[in-house]
Amino acid sequence: MLTYLLKRLTSLVISLLVASLVIFLVVEVAPGDPASFMLGLNAQPDTVAALRTELGLDVPRYARYFAWLSGMISGDFGMSYTYRTPVAQMIADRFWVSMPLSLMALALSTLIAFPAGLFAAARRGSAGDMGVMGTTQLGVAIPNFWFAMMLVLVFAINLRWFSAGGFPGWDDPLLALKALTLPAIALALPQAAILTRVMRSALLDILGEDFMRTARAKGLSARQAIWRHGLRNALIPVLTIIGLQFSFLLAGAIIIEQVFFLPGLGRLVFQAITQRDLIVVESVVMLLVFAVIVVNFAVDLTYAAVDPRLRART
Amino acid sequence: MKRLNLGAFAAISICAGAAAHAAQTDITVAMQLEPPHLDPTSAAAGAIDSVLYSNVFEGLTRFDADGAVIPGLAKDWEISENGLTYTFHLQEGVTFHDGTEFEASDVKFSLDRARAEDSTNAQKALFESMDTVEVVDPLTVRVTLSQPTGALLFNLAWGDAVMVAPESIDDIKSRPIGTGAFKFVNWVQGDRIEMERNSAYWGDAPALETATFRFISDPTAAFASVMAEDVDAFVGFPAPENLPQFEADPRFQVIVGSTEGETILAMNNKQPPFDNPLVRKAVAHAIDRQAIIDGAMFGLGTPIGTHFAPHNPNYVDLIDLSNFDPEKSRQLLAEAGLADGFTTTLKLPPPSYARRGGEIIAAQLREVGIQTEITNLEWAQWLEEVFRGKNFGLSIVSHTEPMDIGIYARPDYYFQYGKPDFVTIMETLNAETDPDARSALLKDAQRMIAEDHVNGYLFQLAFPTIANAKIDGLWENQPTQATDLTGVRWTE
Repeated sequence: MLTYLLKRLTSLVISLLVASLVIFLVVEVAPGDPASFMLGLNAQPDTVAALRTELGLDVPRYARYFAWLSGMISGDFGMSYTYRTPVAQMIADRFWVSMPLSLMALALSTLIAFPAGLFAAARRGSAGDMGVMGTTQLGVAIPNFWFAMMLVLVFAINLRWFSAGGFPGWDDPLLALKALTLPAIALALPQAAILTRVMRSALLDILGEDFMRTARAKGLSARQAIWRHGLRNALIPVLTIIGLQFSFLLAGAIIIEQVFFLPGLGRLVFQAITQRDLIVVESVVMLLVFAVIVVNFAVDLTYAAVDPRLRART
Repeated sequence: MKRLNLGAFAAISICAGAAAHAAQTDITVAMQLEPPHLDPTSAAAGAIDSVLYSNVFEGLTRFDADGAVIPGLAKDWEISENGLTYTFHLQEGVTFHDGTEFEASDVKFSLDRARAEDSTNAQKALFESMDTVEVVDPLTVRVTLSQPTGALLFNLAWGDAVMVAPESIDDIKSRPIGTGAFKFVNWVQGDRIEMERNSAYWGDAPALETATFRFISDPTAAFASVMAEDVDAFVGFPAPENLPQFEADPRFQVIVGSTEGETILAMNNKQPPFDNPLVRKAVAHAIDRQAIIDGAMFGLGTPIGTHFAPHNPNYVDLIDLSNFDPEKSRQLLAEAGLADGFTTTLKLPPPSYARRGGEIIAAQLREVGIQTEITNLEWAQWLEEVFRGKNFGLSIVSHTEPMDIGIYARPDYYFQYGKPDFVTIMETLNAETDPDARSALLKDAQRMIAEDHVNGYLFQLAFPTIANAKIDGLWENQPTQATDLTGVRWTE
């Protein structure tokens, strides 16, 4: 188990280093200069030069890379070129929108997918199964931003139950949760559809296994057999998907954040790219890569927890 | 917090005693772009002025809703005979929001900072002719110029020339401290900026007690936020196609004003074949302005024939010099030896006037035999490639700075005109202080660039505002980018 852990940790660190280099190079090579962007069409060349000096952009690239890398290790992400506030602070602020939103969406999609998948698998071929599968087909096909706009139209504009977007802050947790409800639903439903399908097919695979027949032969009912033996074995593919989905939700909520004008990480990146706020782009992308890698690491660990064979093998 | 609410309640009940209904005293105003930071004196972003101009920061002079230059923190001034010395007398009893007094030394500090060697003021040219700024006494400042500058009072009204204080300059980008009728309270980055009434304001107290600016960039979300009444007003509404729906809804008022944004089809005057005036003239005649306004802007926008705002009293209507006439355009191309047409690049920045307008212009140019390769660019790329690199044939952009015809005198400006005769007109204009003579020179300048067909002149960008029908006092036009809330009130 320890060697397994160490191996995984080493590959985690290497992945992070490679990612940091790739991100830095890709972002820096993109055409566009933050100082010219800030100063617009009437600025004189010497003014642009003065701002470049003020922002530290006249320092060579490699020096900036090492400064950024060493800063990050100590938790200092540098200063935003445009906002002129510490990047770490900005990311932290936005994180408290994006993270709860992703968690809400993930919880919601899991809460829908587990029972729906179980239900469909247990009644394979029945009208209920067809109904669930048809609905998930629809859920996979509908783009989440369109669904988000429909939610706004119905619940914000017509029924006026929710506001159309924005985020009031966590001073009042209930208001904050309310503001995240529609976006979370919009994010969760397509994910729930995918997860339901994975859950169903994973369970169906398991149902054909010998040990399931043995369980039935011992006298368990079909439902009991699925509950006690099927579910646990179907979890590995389901966990993989949940891991992928979480990374997707954290990084991929950009469009939903735009639709609901939420001040989250996605919107921060979007804005920073437009303004060529390179250091913010680099840092947020790095953070997202970090989150994805760590989530995958955590998923690997849960595999080991769920499946003893994986532990034995290493 | 509780006590504060009670206080506000008491204030409201007192007001209610006076009037039958207590009018609402808070407002939420939405706009599309969020300011990158909050220092209007070191960035070109119009969003900074859209939030802060006149609300938080004030200058010696200022623009009023019609674009006239009126006294601001300077209550009056004297100009010497030779036009080289301006003596400003400051308003008395003005304090900054942090309690420090506003005095002549602050004026000196602000102006010296803007024109300093290492200044990062985006409009440094506004201060170019200033030679010295002297403090005469705490309420008097003398500005001496190296050459007469007819536009000095106009220049000082810009958001880039507002008064700041040495005590608060270090944090100005996140905590702006000005002298205006509203005090900055809080900025939740990515979401909103909050301000409250400045009880120590030197001028007339505004009717509003608190104001919140919100930033909603997506046009669909903008529509939803207004329909759901999450916001009380949306200035610079980004989806012109939705305006009829708001006009039909009694809850809202739709105000369509004009801006200082001349939208042009920029031509690279140094790149063949656009170095040939005949070709530029041919392009100008190939363009059907109304089709672009209808197709790209849903009818919003005023056609222009030169680089000047039509609402300006000095504007000359020169549209006839480049009226839509494809036949003439083809003839001109033949005259220029390009009877078979040619191929060029059309590089488009992100705004919809450019992206949608670009498609229509490309189709119109194809009619006369000019093929265009369209490239969509982000702003940062556009600045690099087109603006600095001058690597383009055609581009579409709206020049939003007020009275910016002077850019045609800069030979290295991206469309590369800078004709010596034009430079002379501008130099005479800068030194001229007599209004009639200035007006004549401005008209000459407009005529010269229209006759030379430096660029294709398309339309003046419109500025749609959608507001709750009960709100009164919002600016209709945008003589400078601003959302002046000092005169805004709820009518019931």
